[in-house]
Amino acid sequence: MEEFLVYFYQNKGTIFIIVLSIFLGVEVISNVPSVLHTPLMSGANAISGVIIIGGIILLGHTELSEGISLNLILGIFAVIFGTLNVVGGFVVTDRMLDMFKKKKKK
Amino acid sequence: MNITLQDLGITSGDVILEISYLVAAVLFVYGLKLMSHPETAKKGNLWAAAGMGLAMVTTLFLHRDADGKTIGMTNALIVVAAIAVGSIAGAVIARRIKMTAMPQLVSFFNATGGAASALVALMEYSNPDNSSALVTLLGLVIGTIAFSGSMIAYGKLDGKVGDIFAGWVKYFNLFLLLVITVLIVYMLAFDLDPGLQTTLSYVLLVLALIYGIMFVMPIGGADMPVVISLLNSLTGIAAAMAGFIYNNEAMILGGIFVGSAGAILTLLMCKAMNRSLLNVIVGSFGGGGAAAGKEQGTVKEISLSDASVLLSYSQKVVIVPGYGLAVAQAQYVCNDLVKLLEDKGVEVKFAIHPVAGRMPGHMNVLLAEADVPYTKLVEMDDINPDMPNTDVTIVVGANDVVNPAALDDPSSPIYGMPIIRAHESKNIIVMKRGMGKGYAGIENFLFFDDKTRMLFGNAKDTLQALVSEIKEL
Repeated sequence: MEEFLVYFYQNKGTIFIIVLSIFLGVEVISNVPSVLHTPLMSGANAISGVIIIGGIILLGHTELSEGISLNLILGIFAVIFGTLNVVGGFVVTDRMLDMFKKKKKK
Repeated sequence: MNITLQDLGITSGDVILEISYLVAAVLFVYGLKLMSHPETAKKGNLWAAAGMGLAMVTTLFLHRDADGKTIGMTNALIVVAAIAVGSIAGAVIARRIKMTAMPQLVSFFNATGGAASALVALMEYSNPDNSSALVTLLGLVIGTIAFSGSMIAYGKLDGKVGDIFAGWVKYFNLFLLLVITVLIVYMLAFDLDPGLQTTLSYVLLVLALIYGIMFVMPIGGADMPVVISLLNSLTGIAAAMAGFIYNNEAMILGGIFVGSAGAILTLLMCKAMNRSLLNVIVGSFGGGGAAAGKEQGTVKEISLSDASVLLSYSQKVVIVPGYGLAVAQAQYVCNDLVKLLEDKGVEVKFAIHPVAGRMPGHMNVLLAEADVPYTKLVEMDDINPDMPNTDVTIVVGANDVVNPAALDDPSSPIYGMPIIRAHESKNIIVMKRGMGKGYAGIENFLFFDDKTRMLFGNAKDTLQALVSEIKEL
């Protein structure tokens, strides 16, 4: 039990962020018209590619003196996958939204 | 008393890095917020992308590991090369894909995000500096499930993977989930030898892979959008778990934000189908066995010329688009028909069911592609009261979303799902390729209605023929 209390106290900043982010997500989505659900889902999907930062940290600090290690290979894949998610996600969202934009000009 | 950065053991670079994360987090939220309106949506997407780009660049240049070292030149080059590969591949795939394949693509990108999270967690688990084993293992499991689940969803939407509707899958999944939970508890509770720990983390990876596959496998039919949204939410949570490992607020906020947004979107979709999330996950749609006993009656066809006359002399026409429209790439011809009818003074509207197509808002995107103004797209709840005043309802490639069994047949698997009340309009024209069942595999009694006439054929060809027929009138 005490372990839990310590854990909570040590990570309280993070826990605050988590709880408030949950409300933020609910609040932002509740106001979106269903017309935009697909681009929104796609955009949110691109943001979930934020794992790329973890990938960069990991690959960036991978020990290279051991030559081609498993960690190096996995790290490279993590960064490639993460970037695919981010870049692909944003580009495809942009493409979807182009269609809404076109109409406005007319 | 002045505290210097040196007293805190940090450099100004560390502070700049944290500030950039703060800016990135704000841009994520601001961007998604802007996306809640069609006019600002594009800008919002760009802001969110800018936030991501900023965080990536500052991490590359300023991040320091536990020993205080920044990323070395060789490592940085490898990172940049990997980013270049991912960026080019991502941009090319996203640019080339057809609009109809959009749901698959989102699912595929979601899978890559899940895979990245799982890989990061897998490697961090064997890192002795990492003190949050629970979060790491959860990140590993959730990321892996998001990956394999999304790949299956991708395969299903692309028609490469079939459904499994076996009763045992349910129990198998529950059992698997239990095994995963027990394994995690075991790995946390005992001080295991590092070699064994690593082995077990791979076992966990494999179990989670299987779970993701088996979790999506039995889910079919109209439930696919819900699953994609749910998996999207999982990827966000997995990214946040990784953020916890690195104490990285931008990752935590971005991940949890997307996780909760995805979760609420999932629930909104379930609500649109009047089903609980549990029901979607556990009680998958089977074949339409329940309603099969009823008499089918006969369907009546309509000729193109009759259809064109009927439409031209109507006052109000409602078009109900479905996945068939997307498959046939008929959105452009559809818009031609709308323009033609409007020139004749007919009022035309599109009725959009929240789960029409394979993703929420799928129809909106498709029709927007064909230049249909979004003011013409009316949501289900707004158009339903108007249906009895509608002269002709044209159902183009839609099926389950207009099936009256959802209203009056308690034995039907889709009973209780709100539908577009096409059957209340004065005439109904159904464009269909054949008498096949809808994605949910249920017989549709709308087709046997006295007021219903069928136009068989590929939606695009049929619409094209209809357009030229009306032009000649």
